[in-house]
Amino acid sequence: MVVARETVEQVASVSDKYKYGFISDIEADTAPIGLSEDIVRFISAKKEEPEWLLEWRLKAYRHWLTMVEPDWAQVHYPKIDFQDIYYYSAPKTKDKPKSLDEVDPELLEVYKKLGIPLKEQEVLAGVEGAHNVAVDAVFDSVSVATTFKARLEKEGVIFCPISEAVRDHPELVQKYIGSVVPYTDNYYAALNSAVFTDGSFCYIPKGVRCPMELSTYFRINAAQTGQFERTLIIADDESYVSYLEGCTAPMRDENQLHAAVVELVIMKDAEIKYSTVQNWYPGDENGVGGIYNFVTKRAACRGENAKVSWTQVETGSAITWKYPSCILQGDNSVGEFYSIAITNNMQQADTGTKMIHLGKNTSSTIISKGISAGKAQNTYRGLVRMGRKAENARNHTVCDSLLIGDKCGAHTVPYIENQSRTATIEHEATTSKVSEEQLFYCQQRGLSEEESMALIVNGFCKEVLQKLPMEFAVEAQKLVGISLEGSVG
Amino acid sequence: MLEIKDLHATVGGKEILKGITLSIKAGEIHAVMGPNGAGKSTLSYVLAGRDGYEVTSGEVLYKGENLLDLSPDERAAKGIFLAFQYPVEIPGVPSATFLKTAYNAQRKARGEPEVDAMEFLKLIREKTKELGIKDDMLKRAVNVGFSGGEKKRNEVLQMSLLEPDMMLLDETDSGLDIDALKIAADGVNRLRSPERAALVITHYQRLLDYIVPDFVHVLADGKIVKSGDKSLALELEEKGYAALSAA
Repeated sequence: MVVARETVEQVASVSDKYKYGFISDIEADTAPIGLSEDIVRFISAKKEEPEWLLEWRLKAYRHWLTMVEPDWAQVHYPKIDFQDIYYYSAPKTKDKPKSLDEVDPELLEVYKKLGIPLKEQEVLAGVEGAHNVAVDAVFDSVSVATTFKARLEKEGVIFCPISEAVRDHPELVQKYIGSVVPYTDNYYAALNSAVFTDGSFCYIPKGVRCPMELSTYFRINAAQTGQFERTLIIADDESYVSYLEGCTAPMRDENQLHAAVVELVIMKDAEIKYSTVQNWYPGDENGVGGIYNFVTKRAACRGENAKVSWTQVETGSAITWKYPSCILQGDNSVGEFYSIAITNNMQQADTGTKMIHLGKNTSSTIISKGISAGKAQNTYRGLVRMGRKAENARNHTVCDSLLIGDKCGAHTVPYIENQSRTATIEHEATTSKVSEEQLFYCQQRGLSEEESMALIVNGFCKEVLQKLPMEFAVEAQKLVGISLEGSVG
Repeated sequence: MLEIKDLHATVGGKEILKGITLSIKAGEIHAVMGPNGAGKSTLSYVLAGRDGYEVTSGEVLYKGENLLDLSPDERAAKGIFLAFQYPVEIPGVPSATFLKTAYNAQRKARGEPEVDAMEFLKLIREKTKELGIKDDMLKRAVNVGFSGGEKKRNEVLQMSLLEPDMMLLDETDSGLDIDALKIAADGVNRLRSPERAALVITHYQRLLDYIVPDFVHVLADGKIVKSGDKSLALELEEKGYAALSAA
């Protein structure tokens, strides 16, 4: 309560409006509904943030007020009322299921299909006490993660919640936050900058090859994803890290709007491999419910020979609006984007990448696999820009769409801007259908209709699935099959 | 093993099979010959249960069970195998993966334990060796970039792995040179046993030099117009289908 009292004073000192506002509610763990400067101050105070960060949030908020919601994406949804959202609530601890018996059986069925161990299922489903059980070494993955954390510290790797980094490593956060995705970048990035409440921070020191895939750790912690997540990863010279965000297990989240920002900074001779598996609630087959996933992800290759690869498997969310991008500033730097986007029923996805070539001999590869089933709409939107100084820069884009049934749509919108005389840009695109012939062939060999579909679609996605960390590739393959259930017949 | 009684079937509303009656006992090999458009491939698709091939009347009993009630994968698990005239390409799926998935799906459907990757590899290596097929084919995506001969050999490989009771071969000889033809025939002959039967559909007599049938049937305009022993095939080769239809 001492902390809370201080917070009240702190908040009161920065804003006299509080007198008339919700100050009496300060001990509650949820801010009043809606968004205002007060709310931004409230969040910052709750997080006990330094002045500079509050100022940055406020600038972002004020800028956001001047912006309009983008409408160029090929997605349709009712207008979002930004005053009808809670922007701060402490982690939910009440009303957790007491055991797996109380968890939605449909959710458990999916866990089973994915082959997730029982203990892990409890954590993912938010069963009360599951984490406690986990920590005392019953639950393998978590105890492994604890061991890993010690190893990370030994190597000098900083890996912690971003709010912790603000407190313990303010110089790093202040230097890099907003340096790749400024708050002025776009509507949702501005909103995120003003109100973000959680996320991860990772710093790999010079010359360090992160001794483990950060995926194992993440699989567990991803169980509580925030609505406005902010992730910042910095790979210093000659370092390497592989990071996996998200989870193959489906997440039920009450928050409909998710607007995350991910910033990656890659220095000279360093490499970041960033993999995402996104399986949020897509809504029912009539398009009721489901998450709006409006994300800004960007990597800056600042030094020579820097390398970044984005690998994403997107099967969830009602609407996905996401373009993980690479700014290839350092000479010889490399950007890669490997994507599988599956939309079924009424889902809509408008996703792709931006490859901004600034340095000499920079190269980029884009492999996008879009799968549409049901009445879904799936759009690939990608920009390849070759700057004036991007001598001998190269891009190769392969954009394949697969249609299942005749009520869905696939769209490809490539933008190419070239100012370099010596750049090479290649774009290949195909659209195909899963043929009746292929399904019959598989079925004749003994596969059920759904197994046949899963096999064919996995074959279509193979090049991208291969890019995922081993341990997730197998689950992702199963996920591909599961997300297309009900798409045949 | 297979009893086809007065089978009528349509494709896209057009009647292709106009009353076929045929009885195949275990241990027998039957050849069905006939001109293009006679309904040979339709017969094989109807038996395998392809969508769009609609049975309008008649019945098919397989081991005493109504075959037409079963889905294609159920038929496969019960031992019906169709070697396709035009094997289908499945990009990105290695042949080994395809074969293992099919093998285990059938075992599962029959309530048998599935085999793991190591066991399967051992099994498939035996088969490729027997048939003189290079293991390299197992790594390639199913039928993608295969020559006509390779595709047919892949069909035979699948068949010898799945060990069906009822083999349906739809123009397995088309597009094969003589060496490939021998390999294909060899695969079928290896599976020949008193418990198994085969229906060999072909346009030319040549395949029947290597897979010697017990019975030969001539299919024309959706009906079996003549049946006999293997000498009928030679007669057709000599005189052609036209002479037969005229007779």
